[in-house]
Amino acid sequence: MAYPAATFVFLALIAVVIVLGFTAARWNAGNLEHIEEWGLGGRRFGTWVSWFLIGGDAYTAYTFIAIPALMFGAGAVGFFALPYTVLIYPILYLVFPKLWKVAHKYGYITGPEFVRGRYGNKHLALAIGLTGIFATMPYIALQLIGMQTVIGALGITGHVPLILAFTVLAAFTYTSGLRAPAMIAIVKDLLIYLTVIVAVIVIPAELGGFGAIFAKIAPAKLLLAAPPAGSTGAYSGYATLALGSAMALFLYPHTTTGILSSSGPQVIRRNAVLLPAYSVMLGLLALVGYMAVASGVKDMPQFAAGFKQYGTSFAVPALVLEAFPGWFAGVAFGAIAIGALVPAAIMAIASANIFTRDIYSQFMPGSVASGEAKVAKLFSLVMVAGALVFILVIPTTYAVQLQLLGGMWIIQTFPAIVFSVFTRFFNGWALLAGWAVGIISATWLVALNHFAGSIWAFHVLGFTLPSYIALATVLLNAVVAAVLSLPMNAFCSDRAGDETRAEDYV
Amino acid sequence: MIKILLLLVFIMVLAVPFYNHATPALFGFPFFYWFQIALVPVASLLIYIVYRVEHGGEK
Repeated sequence: MAYPAATFVFLALIAVVIVLGFTAARWNAGNLEHIEEWGLGGRRFGTWVSWFLIGGDAYTAYTFIAIPALMFGAGAVGFFALPYTVLIYPILYLVFPKLWKVAHKYGYITGPEFVRGRYGNKHLALAIGLTGIFATMPYIALQLIGMQTVIGALGITGHVPLILAFTVLAAFTYTSGLRAPAMIAIVKDLLIYLTVIVAVIVIPAELGGFGAIFAKIAPAKLLLAAPPAGSTGAYSGYATLALGSAMALFLYPHTTTGILSSSGPQVIRRNAVLLPAYSVMLGLLALVGYMAVASGVKDMPQFAAGFKQYGTSFAVPALVLEAFPGWFAGVAFGAIAIGALVPAAIMAIASANIFTRDIYSQFMPGSVASGEAKVAKLFSLVMVAGALVFILVIPTTYAVQLQLLGGMWIIQTFPAIVFSVFTRFFNGWALLAGWAVGIISATWLVALNHFAGSIWAFHVLGFTLPSYIALATVLLNAVVAAVLSLPMNAFCSDRAGDETRAEDYV
Repeated sequence: MIKILLLLVFIMVLAVPFYNHATPALFGFPFFYWFQIALVPVASLLIYIVYRVEHGGEK
């Protein structure tokens, strides 16, 4: 065992979390044979539990590894994570209290279900639901990779620990539903805040202060490159990456589930005010990537094998092992591993809700409402097992590329979900056509980038406008949906299919 | 119309050319970094004001 103290603390934390996961079923006990109880915690989480749950859900283990790794490798552009996570809050405030009210009134537990109620169109809802499931699958896989990186950093090799961890995850998700990640999220976030606060106090003190850390960063990486003449260059790349990512975040099934499980619109609004605390944490965490540069872990022989295997993702684990005493490294790694379990559980539950409500009950004859929770529980096992197979069979780079593509896909549900909260101007079939154009054009542009880059340089009237592909293609999607809606509303209106009422949206 | 404050959040955050500078530095942080971190509490405060004006009295 290379790091006995770290390994011991790490395993002890994981054990505590497993016990919590299984006891969570009894917390505010509800009938877990009902899907609103299993898959949405009975819509009863108050301001603080929702704060931990949504924060634990959106800021994942992958974030903790990948954002500092991007700063470590690419510099200033990696800091887009900060403006991204600032912009999600006005969107949360404007859109989701309304969505909660409609969902509560009509018993919707997923985004696609709302779309089906709004347009009376189960095919549009199917497209939105499948987009969510396909975007989520590689996301769960990336949580596994985050976990694998810290387990590997402890010197534990082989796939057995990962398989064990996810068997346990599948088991407590099955028995406790959303209550399990809600309870574990509290432990996870306290550990993450503790780790980040200690890191930004202890490590700069060891390295001679923040001024000395920034001085070690190559000047070309410290700021965004100034754009060349006739181009908006890195500026529009940075801004569109932040805006597009922010528009996409709450459309993911797991984040929608986190929001809909709160006890009311006021809880969501208060969280739009309180959740930015996580953005400060993320900003500081991003700078840990620079601390890793300044500490010189990249050239230390004991970490050479780790960097060779995990690339820049090894920057954070290496710095943690270098800068902290063994037991605290165990705390930090425990925080990251638990940070993988919380979102992975919510992702599995959210996908299961979608499968049950938007695919199984709509397209499989003979399904009954009383069997819903059973179907959802079984499908959550399929999601976890699928992600595990994904990791064991497919190389890591593919999971990263698919996650990139997943972001491009999920934003294509923005017009159908977000616009529909404010207007019934659109036609359901027009939204489906816009969605298809968006998915195809985004996938095509990412393929032209060899699945490696998310920015495309558009040439408009002699100007070059580099833009996040997701943002550009969702604009196209919205234009197609709007233009097609005009004639369709005149000749084949689907307004009669709307089961919601105008006063639901006030 | 207090919602206009939320638009202000978008404008500040997306004004990349305004904050892509090394100076003035603060506590060793180049402007690019401390300005964006400082935007977080500002955004939170603006959302809080909108919340208080629109829904402050509700439970």
